[in-house]
Amino acid sequence: MATLTDNTAGLLAQFGPHPAYASGTRLETGVEPDRLVKTHCCFCGQQCGIQLKVKDNQVIGFEPWEDFPFNRGMLCPKGVKRYLQGSHPDRLLRALERDTQSVSGFRAIPYDQAIARVATEIQAIQTQHGNDSFGVLTGASLTTEKAYLMGKFARMCLKTQNIDYNGRLCMVSAAAANKKAFGIDRAANPWSDILKAKVVWISGANVAECAPITTNYVWQAREYGAKVIVVDPRITPIARTCDLFLPIKPGRDIALFNGILHLMIENDWLDHQFIEQHTVGFANVAEHVREWTPQKTAVVTGIAEKSIRQAAEWWGEAETSFLLHARGIEHHTHGVQNCLGAINMVLASGRIGREGCGYATITGQGNGQGGREHGQKCDQLPGARDISNPEHREYIAGVWGISPDDLPQAGVDAYEMFRRIDRGEIRGLLTICFNPKVSLPDNSFVTRCLDKLDFYVAIDFFLNETAQHADVVLPGSLHEEDEGVVTQIEGRVIKINKAIDPPGEAKQDWRIIQDIARALGRERGFTFNSPGEIFSELRQASKGGIADYSGITYEKIEQQGGVFWPCPADDHPGTPRLFEPDSWNPIARGTGRFYFPDGKARFNVAPYTPPAEDTDAEYPLMLTTGRVVSQFLSGTQTRRIGPLVDQYPEPLVEMHPQLAARLGVSNGEMVRVKSRRGDITLPAMVVTSIRPDTVFVPYHWPGRKSINQLTISAQDPISKIPEYKVCAVRIEKTQG
Amino acid sequence: MPVPEQNEFFIDPNRCIGCQACVQACSECETHKGFSMIQLDYVDRAHSVQTAPVICMHCDSPTCAEVCPADAIKKTGDGVVQTARKPRCIACNNCVLACPFGVPKMKTDFKLMMKCDMCYDRTSEGLKPMCATVCPSQALFFGTRGEIEALRPRSVPISQFQFGEQRISTKVKIMLPRTGKAEYLDVTEAMDEKVTGKSISLNILDGMYSEAGAE
Repeated sequence: MATLTDNTAGLLAQFGPHPAYASGTRLETGVEPDRLVKTHCCFCGQQCGIQLKVKDNQVIGFEPWEDFPFNRGMLCPKGVKRYLQGSHPDRLLRALERDTQSVSGFRAIPYDQAIARVATEIQAIQTQHGNDSFGVLTGASLTTEKAYLMGKFARMCLKTQNIDYNGRLCMVSAAAANKKAFGIDRAANPWSDILKAKVVWISGANVAECAPITTNYVWQAREYGAKVIVVDPRITPIARTCDLFLPIKPGRDIALFNGILHLMIENDWLDHQFIEQHTVGFANVAEHVREWTPQKTAVVTGIAEKSIRQAAEWWGEAETSFLLHARGIEHHTHGVQNCLGAINMVLASGRIGREGCGYATITGQGNGQGGREHGQKCDQLPGARDISNPEHREYIAGVWGISPDDLPQAGVDAYEMFRRIDRGEIRGLLTICFNPKVSLPDNSFVTRCLDKLDFYVAIDFFLNETAQHADVVLPGSLHEEDEGVVTQIEGRVIKINKAIDPPGEAKQDWRIIQDIARALGRERGFTFNSPGEIFSELRQASKGGIADYSGITYEKIEQQGGVFWPCPADDHPGTPRLFEPDSWNPIARGTGRFYFPDGKARFNVAPYTPPAEDTDAEYPLMLTTGRVVSQFLSGTQTRRIGPLVDQYPEPLVEMHPQLAARLGVSNGEMVRVKSRRGDITLPAMVVTSIRPDTVFVPYHWPGRKSINQLTISAQDPISKIPEYKVCAVRIEKTQG
Repeated sequence: MPVPEQNEFFIDPNRCIGCQACVQACSECETHKGFSMIQLDYVDRAHSVQTAPVICMHCDSPTCAEVCPADAIKKTGDGVVQTARKPRCIACNNCVLACPFGVPKMKTDFKLMMKCDMCYDRTSEGLKPMCATVCPSQALFFGTRGEIEALRPRSVPISQFQFGEQRISTKVKIMLPRTGKAEYLDVTEAMDEKVTGKSISLNILDGMYSEAGAE
């Protein structure tokens, strides 16, 4: 039973999080490192190039990597201090088994014994309850090789349909919309196109804190004369110097996009030739947005009509443009529709597929792009193939040497997997690179589900809050202890290089997975000797798919400073910009530039619907959540890095002075925020940089400091992304 | 080897996003590992997200050195004002109090004034200072005059600052809007200015909380 130990103090004393600071060799001056390893940051989707200083199998610091073209040495504070995650006192060095007698709740056991126990438990559960009764949850910070292996392991070794990943909380709305509109899911342009845009439109993206290096691209474009339009409920640092700020009411983005398209049509700010030749569906969308007059748009979005008209004029008349969005419009029950609304604006302008004309979602996780392409998503097979497509199934089954009939059908999304756990349909679970107890909405439900599992095995390098429930913990590898590729924010495939060996009995994750396969007696297909061997098979598995990596090699990545997929042949240089005139793709086959049989992009009607939980008299305020620059996701790593903890030690409730006055709250006073699912007590941060009807709380913390106690588990019907960005709350000042 | 003449340090506070990459990176510098010499603050967080990084401006006539009774603060031939000399520094705090930019820091544990030396260990070897290398918005920029002119056509570098009666000229430049046409920045005067950052002030709370507020 995967229940948490009663002795929380004992658990935390052994496993942390303890904040680490530089000490020993890391503080000494004049230390000559053994080597500098060119690799990338382990955190966000930008994947900045960085050089790690290695001395005696320890990462002792970093040196900027100024030759890497994306960031040219630039880093955010997380990248600067990431080296402190190594040689950490909380690091898992041995396999652990739950032991109620132990002070920490766990005892160390030999690795092989742990693997044998895992295999025995998997077999017992699957024999008694069927193959699908064992689930696998993975993550988009894994290298693409590991992500590929996890998909293959679940389907071919465990024969379960139940695998999904934490990209479900990240990229799926944009991915689904991109596939519906363009037939392909990837940033359409390299970031260098931002510099050449005359209008940069940013919707729902706290660029300066969540993708800091992108700030330089946006502001450089502005230096060259671009107008920057930012749409957000908060004046984030990127909004502070923008040319036009639209303080949108959370959850009303489609209304704005429809309203802008309405004005584009009314003023004939359209590229008729592009719409005619390269798109379908415009007439329906035009009809749909007819009702979205500036007046109606202003009422629904909470933005002044004058600002809406100004934004439409700048966007409509721009020669070149780049539209960026992120989780702010994607984390909604209508997240896919929001993205489609944005894409409609881009297609109507005709400004895509050429220099300075672009569109992209800002990927959140390190391998948010690559991690969603090669089969750890519940409905997907490698090469961005569809698990319900018979031809795709046959191709991948062929690569894996199995019958297509033995390949499970689509499973369900990560949150639905917890509902299956709740109903007793999933009895056993393996997690890697995912901390759902912190990161999923309404997380007291997630905790109850973890307690229901018959058996839970976690692979991790630190004991994250979810893994605290595990029956067996297998010590995995840090980013710097393995090699492999990831695909960053622009669609550029880059190489993570190994700097040091895993310490103690910790092992590279792909070795652990293969050890489990061997212990299960299902070794075939899991005998890779290196990430390079996995990558070779992945190239083959992706060949002919939309996300075609077959022409990418580790060597080519090093020579070119990364390779943009699709790269379908050995002599192909990769594809930095999608949808260029005369470009070829395997779906259109020469009929056009977009990834549909007719080569044409799709306009999609994007109807407006309010958030799943609107405000009312009882819960009159909107809660929105997001990140701060010094922390990352559920904080498994960044809450253990002392200088990053000190920079923003605990969550605060951002609120406008008008609201604070109404509540009788001063800056720094404690307030209780309550939703229908839970409550949290935190200090107030009283600032004019947020809408008065909205409060913001960052989500990186566990337990009683987790804002996901309050968030709603309502999901987008298509992407299944949860609505993190808006739910109804009320706030009161706490007494005493 | 002196700092190559062609590279200069430019601060563009308008670009600062408050991420503290510079502060964190500064503590990785070889000459003062574990200590950051950069101060980064919100100007007035209640009203704006504007932040400003403060590094040493490396004055032509450094006030810190002028007020030092022990003659412990030296300027290199290429104009970089250094941390106090350990054997001379008497930890009197004069420099800390006198510097108009508020740069020197007294490390009481070592009885020593420490300050930004523009990463002399790096710049003297042709590398950029750590803070300007990592700064994700390039609010801190290290490069040639030609490069900054090409990259920041909307701004001009300023190296004259007025503090009351005192006019200071510095090695480090601050970027000001080109439209301002100021030859110097009057810091004392600017201190009395109200923050003019955009703010959201909408009457959208009206009608809200009328019932829930009563509970």
